[in-house]
Amino acid sequence: MSISKEQVAKIATLSRLSLEEDKLDQFTGQLSSILQYMEKLNELETTDVEPLYSPVEQTTVLREDVVEKKFKREELLANAPEDDGQYFIVPRII
Amino acid sequence: MPEYESVIGLEVHAQLKTKSKIFCSCSTEFGREPNENTCPVCMGMPGVLPVLNKRAVEYAVKMALAVNCKINQKSIFARKNYFYPDLPKGYQISQYELPVAEHGYITIQVGGKEKKIGITRIHMEEDAGKSVHSAAENVSYVDLNRTGVPLIEIVSEPDIRSPEEAVAYLKALRSILVYLEICDGNMEEGSFRCDANISIRPRGQKEFGTRTELKNMNSFRHVQRALEYEIERQIDLVEDGEEVVQETRLYDADKNITRPMRGKEEAHDYRYFPDPDLVPLVLKSEWIEQWRKELPELPADKLQRFIRQYGLPVYDAEVLTAEKDLADFFEQTVKIYNQPKKVSNWMLSEVLRELNEARIKIGQSKFRPENLAKLIKIIDDGLISGKIGKSIFSEIFNTGQDPEEYVRAKGMVQISDSSALEQVVEEVLADLPKEVERYKNGQTKLLGFFVGQVMKRTKGQANPGLVNKILKEKLG
Amino acid sequence: MELAFKTLTRIRDILSRKEASVEEVVNACLQVIEKTEPELNALITTCAEEAIEQARQMDNQGPDPEKPLWGVPVVIKDVIATKGIRTTCASKILENFVPCYDATLVEKLKQAGCIILGKTNMDEFAMGSSTENSAFGPTKNPYDLTRVPGGSSGGSAASVAAAQAFASVGTDTGGSIRQPAGFCGIVGLKPTYGRVSRFGLIAYGSSLDQAGPMTRTVRDAALMLQVIAGHDPKDSTSSPEDVPDYVQTLQKANDLKGIRLGYPVEYWEKGLSPEVKDCCEQALNKARELGAEIIPISIKHTPYAIATYYIIAMAEASSNLARYDGVRFGFRDKEATELLEMYLNSRSKGFGEEVKRRIMLGTYVLSAGYYDAYYKKAAQVRRLIRQDFLDALKACDLICAPVAPTTAFKLGENIDDPLQMYLTDIFTISLNLTGLPGMTLPVGLGQETNMPVGMQFFGPAFGEEIIFQVCHVLEQALQGPGLPHVLKDEG
Repeated sequence: MSISKEQVAKIATLSRLSLEEDKLDQFTGQLSSILQYMEKLNELETTDVEPLYSPVEQTTVLREDVVEKKFKREELLANAPEDDGQYFIVPRII
Repeated sequence: MPEYESVIGLEVHAQLKTKSKIFCSCSTEFGREPNENTCPVCMGMPGVLPVLNKRAVEYAVKMALAVNCKINQKSIFARKNYFYPDLPKGYQISQYELPVAEHGYITIQVGGKEKKIGITRIHMEEDAGKSVHSAAENVSYVDLNRTGVPLIEIVSEPDIRSPEEAVAYLKALRSILVYLEICDGNMEEGSFRCDANISIRPRGQKEFGTRTELKNMNSFRHVQRALEYEIERQIDLVEDGEEVVQETRLYDADKNITRPMRGKEEAHDYRYFPDPDLVPLVLKSEWIEQWRKELPELPADKLQRFIRQYGLPVYDAEVLTAEKDLADFFEQTVKIYNQPKKVSNWMLSEVLRELNEARIKIGQSKFRPENLAKLIKIIDDGLISGKIGKSIFSEIFNTGQDPEEYVRAKGMVQISDSSALEQVVEEVLADLPKEVERYKNGQTKLLGFFVGQVMKRTKGQANPGLVNKILKEKLG
Repeated sequence: MELAFKTLTRIRDILSRKEASVEEVVNACLQVIEKTEPELNALITTCAEEAIEQARQMDNQGPDPEKPLWGVPVVIKDVIATKGIRTTCASKILENFVPCYDATLVEKLKQAGCIILGKTNMDEFAMGSSTENSAFGPTKNPYDLTRVPGGSSGGSAASVAAAQAFASVGTDTGGSIRQPAGFCGIVGLKPTYGRVSRFGLIAYGSSLDQAGPMTRTVRDAALMLQVIAGHDPKDSTSSPEDVPDYVQTLQKANDLKGIRLGYPVEYWEKGLSPEVKDCCEQALNKARELGAEIIPISIKHTPYAIATYYIIAMAEASSNLARYDGVRFGFRDKEATELLEMYLNSRSKGFGEEVKRRIMLGTYVLSAGYYDAYYKKAAQVRRLIRQDFLDALKACDLICAPVAPTTAFKLGENIDDPLQMYLTDIFTISLNLTGLPGMTLPVGLGQETNMPVGMQFFGPAFGEEIIFQVCHVLEQALQGPGLPHVLKDEG
């Protein structure tokens, strides 16, 4: 199944990525051939197979309801592109 | 013209009162300075991982048990992916295909009738942060304190058929949450939030109409009014031959209308998938049973018991059991002084009035059950009159002072000494010969006037029953 | 400078006996770095001053017997968070990001006395097989500067092979430790999933990622794993399994009697370059001489492994990389006046092409209508592949496989065809799907290209001990790849 340019543009927006026209074409071609390759999995019969999402064996990992404060606000805001010492500042949502 | 019925489903988000957040050890304390209750984990910094809070699980399961849900012994956390500044990871950890509980119900009372409202599911998830928008500066300020506070989402079946039922359902749900002590149930502060899904259809039709989603209702009143407006709006559309558009609408409290949410109506594709950073939650039967045992008496049961055990009318019992603290106060008072109806009367009138004026909960006042019990007792004993009791109530309530000490200290003890009262009566009658004449000539209604005079001279402290008796004796 | 060429085991002993000072050792490494870096480009950040300062302090205090790696300089792949040290993931979007926290494995290394000498180059966000996808330029293979070191832990592999440091911790999601280790002639271990904490490991494919040691010898790798392995309460997927004494068990065997080595027929059938096939067969012959039994086995779902891996990895990656939005850290396009614009521009300018490609593919396979066909399907095939391995391990103790169809390819050779690049991962990716451990051992130099050839050994879950044992024995019997070209010329 190949993917159309419109679909690629939609996926880009959904992923918050913007592509220039020529890149859009290139990506459409590349994504199409990769997705086509992935169709291979349809050769396999998997109706009763339980999906394996993770190789982890354990279940129910919990922690106690205890408060800990290990970091100062300045440390956490230190990498902010824009802040006022208290809040993160972002351009407004229109 | 066909009659229409409304079909309503409600989604409630309740913040759980754990000390720490659902996936990290930050405090959940409300009112801290922006971004003080944060750490790399809830801030979604690179490389961090979530670890589930045991208490959040306990609270979620307890609520599920309290609303008769089937507990899924195994449940899975899933990522709900979307972009927003107050969602640091770019996804919310929630539950999707396998929530912690399903298929429950609660019973509500509307218009004297009982009705069962189904609960489709309850699942756990994390709260998002808060953005404050500044149009003037063209920026938004992002505070992540609330990010990661544990929530449970309670989804009802579309069994609700009117705004009244909706409010009754919400009140009942909230009451259970507060009774369980797992949520503050405060709609204004945001610890209890509600969105509604509503559609209409001609009565008798089986298929559902197109539904709209309503948001931004911050009180029970808002919910009622928003639903009322929306029902009318949808009926009007359909009668005009137009179609109801499936959309999200915001309630505008100032104008009392709902309007479509501004901005591109991008159909959300959340791309749910199991969160690979968390493992399946498998609940041991022993835990579930232990939590079931720990459930307190629930509001509906307490209501019935109050009617039965204390012989209270339904209305009284409903008001008293609406808040667990109030119900506890009532029972503690009755334990000290066993006059349930009298206690109820005082609570429904004076106590509630004082609480409303001071805008506090009974737990926050200085007034204690012992105080109320004592007040009622000293009135019954005749130490003061009921009228005096009411007049001093505010002060007693605000100071928490023992009522008996108070009236004695203020010299307000009712005068029940016959000889003392006789004296006052004689003085009054002596001062009012004309009125005595008129009384003896048949104007027996003047008795009340004489009583009033005696009360005036004794600063209201005369025992009115006794005054009455003495007057009648003296007047013949 | 010769000090830098010692093994980690050796230098550890030298330091603890004060036969050399920490400062001397650090300086030796820094000298190598100074001489090789201009050509190699293995490091994104070098912490020269801090390392010397730390070395002096440590020399003042004297060796600490409680610290198994006291004074040993190591380099860390730049996908692992190091407190106070820039951590970029070789991406423009994190170019100036300085974490205020250490990854748990870094805490453990520090507690063990290691000195962090620098952060190594990699494919951006660990997405790649050649370290050509770095925003900081490609790393070259120390054995041939016209060839890639492999990826995504190419910087780590090159750095260790070129003796810039005594060990590195890399990460492996689809072969990113094992393949570059093979291409650069060093040892590289991907531990069992959950053996090493992922806290602080900047996520690419969460159910696949594992950090592991990259060293010049097997014993060095065992020493490193000893330090970084173990349960971490901050990582829910971290295993509660006890950590055995890896170094002790290493010394238990002198030969391979009783060891059954399985070779998957699907891996050895076709597509292998003659030189790689030769080297590996010679290694297997050596193993036979040492007493091992070589048994053919089958991993019948091999043809589906690449598709399965990429669907799962990309899906998880698309979600893991959503947090890079320019709001709280990282690159933000300051010209954007509106939020959506800010997101689009920051991410588009900050991420490289391969990353964008994978994010979009991942978004696609998770999107409405496609989830069952792709993501769920891939997870089902994942279970089938794991079963293949578990069944195979009933018939043998370890599975052995080549690292890649060829030795290190030339820079620029595969970069324009992403699918072509993905297909070179055929021998390494299955392991991550299963969660089982696997290690690359250098087994010689290819006759044609004269480049290192590595062989992989896969074991049962938490079976790192057997892997170390077998590889240690084989390592002693084989000749190493020798000093890399980049060091030879320096003399």
